[in-house]
Formats: sequence, structure tokens, C-alpha cells
Amino acid sequence: MILSVKELREIAKTIRINVVNALLNAGSGHLGGSLGLTDIFTALYFHELKYDPKNPKWEQRDRFVLSIGHVAPVLYATLAQAGYFSTSELSSLRKLGSMLQGHPAISHNVPGLETTAGSLGQGLSIAVGMALAAKHQKAGHRIFSILGDGELQEGSVWEAAMAAGHYKLDNLRVIVDRNRVQIDGSTEDVMGVEPLVDKWKAFNWNVLECNGNDMSDILKILNEARELEGKPVVIIAHTKMGAGVPEIEGDYKWHGKAPNKEQANSFIKQIKGV
Amino acid sequence: MEKRDNIPTRVGFGKGVKEAASRNEKVIGLGADITGSVNMNFFADAFPDRFYSLGIAEQNITGVAAGWALEGFIPVMATYGVFAAMRNTDQIRISLCYNNVHAIIGGAHAGISVGPDGATHQALEDIAIMRSLPNMTVLSPCDATQAEQAVQAAIEEINGPVYIRFGREAVPDFIPKGMNFEIGKGQTLIEGNDLTIIATGHMVWEALQAAELLRKEHINARVLNLHTIKPIDKKAIIKASTETGAIITAEEHQIMGGMGSAVAEILVSEAPCAVEFVGVKDTFGESGQPEELMEKYQLTAKYIVKAAYKALEKKNNERIN
Repeated sequence: MILSVKELREIAKTIRINVVNALLNAGSGHLGGSLGLTDIFTALYFHELKYDPKNPKWEQRDRFVLSIGHVAPVLYATLAQAGYFSTSELSSLRKLGSMLQGHPAISHNVPGLETTAGSLGQGLSIAVGMALAAKHQKAGHRIFSILGDGELQEGSVWEAAMAAGHYKLDNLRVIVDRNRVQIDGSTEDVMGVEPLVDKWKAFNWNVLECNGNDMSDILKILNEARELEGKPVVIIAHTKMGAGVPEIEGDYKWHGKAPNKEQANSFIKQIKGV
Repeated sequence: MEKRDNIPTRVGFGKGVKEAASRNEKVIGLGADITGSVNMNFFADAFPDRFYSLGIAEQNITGVAAGWALEGFIPVMATYGVFAAMRNTDQIRISLCYNNVHAIIGGAHAGISVGPDGATHQALEDIAIMRSLPNMTVLSPCDATQAEQAVQAAIEEINGPVYIRFGREAVPDFIPKGMNFEIGKGQTLIEGNDLTIIATGHMVWEALQAAELLRKEHINARVLNLHTIKPIDKKAIIKASTETGAIITAEEHQIMGGMGSAVAEILVSEAPCAVEFVGVKDTFGESGQPEELMEKYQLTAKYIVKAAYKALEKKNNERIN
């Protein structure tokens, strides 16, 4: 079933509300990045990826490797929305005994989760291993991964980028969450990552850009990426931390914060647009 | 025990990987540039379509190994122990151990016997770091024959991350062909009831020589080859303590955190006895011929004997008190 842009936007709203509520319940966690990536997660899980929530280990599924483990809330809310588990699980986020660890862990048996994440700079290497394994078996599935822009300061990301370019892993699609902020402030002040497009090109990647908070632009670029062959593809997705909640959009202070009750109510109203 | 020949343990590692790979097409080799030096070339030459060169990038190789393993393959990566265990420790911790995937890390050039390359290339802390990681199995075979067995067991009998440590130099190959190798089970190579030398890796041969020297002095030393440092053979260690009352540990590794520490952890809580440690004493190595370094850093049979006398003295004093 192909969903319209309007339907996808509605799903994104539901996921955002679930993220806010999950963080309110948890009392800690990363709101800004989770909201900023919600449109991309929605486009991936409700437009692009092949998977079967009733058979999470289906061999032909597309693999999704989240590298920035701290946006676990949007991953969990999306997996729940996609039918891997009940949305009621989200209220256990970050609590003792929960499968929903502060950073995602396969040791806790989260249906649909491909790998543990939380230490920055490791996801792309894992995705490269999976992409090599897929090519080795001549399997047709693809490997998607989301990296943060601050994460690109980790040197191992570029080791992995070099390997993906070397092996021409065109079954690999990476989305860089270019929200331009990190905990200490602007990425370009903390440790500049520009020129980003040139960097990836120099590592032998196809480079695309999109507005990561504009559903139709995301779909357009994902469709375009599908046609590219011979090189791995990176999409630099320009996003706003806290997107969907005008009051906190672009504010890096919301990177690692959870809302209180009052804030959550206000944020949810803003998401609903009322 | 008699030695048949002098062979580097890395040769046994390389042979074992190739043998296991010939029985299982899921075994994948990941190269870190020094493929010949760590004898992964045996595998790469036999199975070129299953060997992926990834260059001098240990952090990435470790993550890539995790990716393969998550897809049901058994990746084997090998480089010098200093890089295989320490350049990429966080990737080992999270991508391999926390994911609890079946991947083999070969750490070559372990110990001070690496020789002229000097301290940068002498892995002396790898056991301490690797054994502290949950889900990790740590193997330290004593000769080429055992290295060949150990890596095959790691590939065929374990379902999690494994670190295997082996050396550069040609060392005595003495483990009888066909001797049973079981992960987690130490091997009593010589029986004795006056004291026990627990040794691992290259130091097992030195321990055998030390036992020989002690026998001339009418001291019967037991020699326990602890080829598996994790999971550790508690039973054999406790038995050694209760039956011999004095233990000397010997390893080509820092005393701090190494195999001796692992043994002491068991002894202190389960069966205290007199203990002496032979190993590197909180210092870096340096360049020199392997035998010169083993002498300078006090890692030969002679120093095991010295430690044995100290342990015996403590044991006897405890009895008098």
C-alpha cells in the first residue's frame, strides 16, 4: 500500500506525540534529535523499507542500522507504529527491566532492532559489514543507516566510509542527520564538519541532499537514491532539532532533555497544530 | 615433555583458520594489511572470495566483523594484539560483546618476545582488557599445535566473541598431537604436589623447564596450562591450591590484570594459598632479541624457579604460624 504525503505526515504526528509521551514517562532522554528525525523515520518505515513486523528476521528484509543510539525514542515509537510491538511498551522506556533501553540493545530482544547502538561512530561499520554480506550472498536487500552530523567527528566513520567506497556498496544508503547542532553548540563551532558534500564525494559516494523535515522532499530523494548504482549513497538530510514543535525547533538545549508534564502538553498541542 | 620443533604459534593460528574454513563456508576473513605476518594468508590464498581486505583500520574492521556476524557469518579478523585488542576496544565492547556475536579476533605478536620492534608492538595488556569484557572468551594457546586446535574450537564450539592471543617467534611445539583441547579446561601437563605453576602462552614451555629444574632439587611441581583465561577453570585452580598449597603464575603479559590476576581472584575468594606472580611488572618493553628481553624482564624458567622458592617459603611459614 502506497501512502500519500498527507497520510505520512499524519503518521509522523502520531510518532512525535508518542515520543514526547515516552520521554515524559521516562523523565530523561533525547527529545530534540528524535523529533528532528521523525519525518525521515516515517518515510523509511512507511514508504521505503521492505520488512514484515510479524517476521522480524525475514531474510529478505531491508536492514536498518541506527548509529546514533541516543535517538532511540523515535526508533522505538516508529517500530511500535510499524507493528513490531505495542505502543503501550513505550511507557517503559529507560525503566528497569524494560526492553527499551536508553540506547537500543539487541540483548534486550527488541523486535525489529538490528543492532545495539549508543557509542558514536560504530553504526556505519556494522552497516558496511551487512552490505558486504548481502553482496557476498548476492542478496537483493538493502542496508539503510542513520548517522548524526556531530557523529561525523568520530574518525572511525571515515574508515567505514572509505571501505564502502572501496567496495562500491551501492546496496548501502546512509542518511546524515544534518541538524547542525550538538551538545556543546553548533557543529561548525565545536568541530566543523563542512564541506560535507565534498567529503563524501571524495570517499567515492553518491551524495544527495534534502530537507529532512519536508515529507515530499524526503520521498523524492529516496526515490532518486533507488536509481543510483555503482557507489554507496549518502543523503545529507537538513533537519531541525525539535522539528514539529515550533517552540523548541533548532534549540540544541533540547538535545538531551525530556519535557515535564506542562511542557509535554504544550508540545503535543503544537504537534497537533491546535 | 619433548619439543618436536620450533614453530611460531601464529602459524598454528593460520592453519586452524584455514582448516575450519574448509569445513564451513560461513567463515569469512577480514584483512588488516598484515595478512601474511599474522598468517591469515593461508586462508586468503585458499578462499580468496571469502577474504575481504579492509586496510589499516582496526576500528572499522571490528564493526564490519559485527555486521557480518549479525548476518550469520563467522568473521575472523587478525592483526597484532596491540591493535586487535586496544586500538578498537570500544568497538569490541559494544559492536561485538554487547551484541554478543560470534566473531574471532586474532591478536598476534603477544608478549615481549616480539623482540626488535619494541614496545609499540608488544601486546602486554590485551588479556587484562579482553577478559574484563562481558560475553568474551579469551584463549591463549601455548604452542603452534594448540593454536591450531584453539582457533578451530573458537570457530566451531563457541557462539560469541573470542579473543585468541598468539606470538611472533618460533617457539617449542610440544603439545602431543591429538591431545584433547577443551575451551575452559586447563591441562595438567606435569603432576606434582609441592606447588603448582599455572602458565599460559609461551610461558608454558618455560614452566615445564622450571618444573624440570625443581625436580632436580626434589621439589615436585605441577604444571597447569591455562590456555583459556576466560571462562577460567575454577575447579583446576582450586584443586591446585588445596592439593599443593603454593601457586606461581607465569605469563608474557602485565602482572596487573592478567592471567595471574584472574587466578588470584579465584584463590582469594575460594581457596587462599601462597601465590607468586611471574610477568611484566608495570612497565613497557623495548627493542632487543627475544631471548635477551625474556631474560631482562625476568620471564624465563630461572625466574619461575625463584618465584617457586618464594612461594614455598610462604607456604611453609604459614604452616609454622
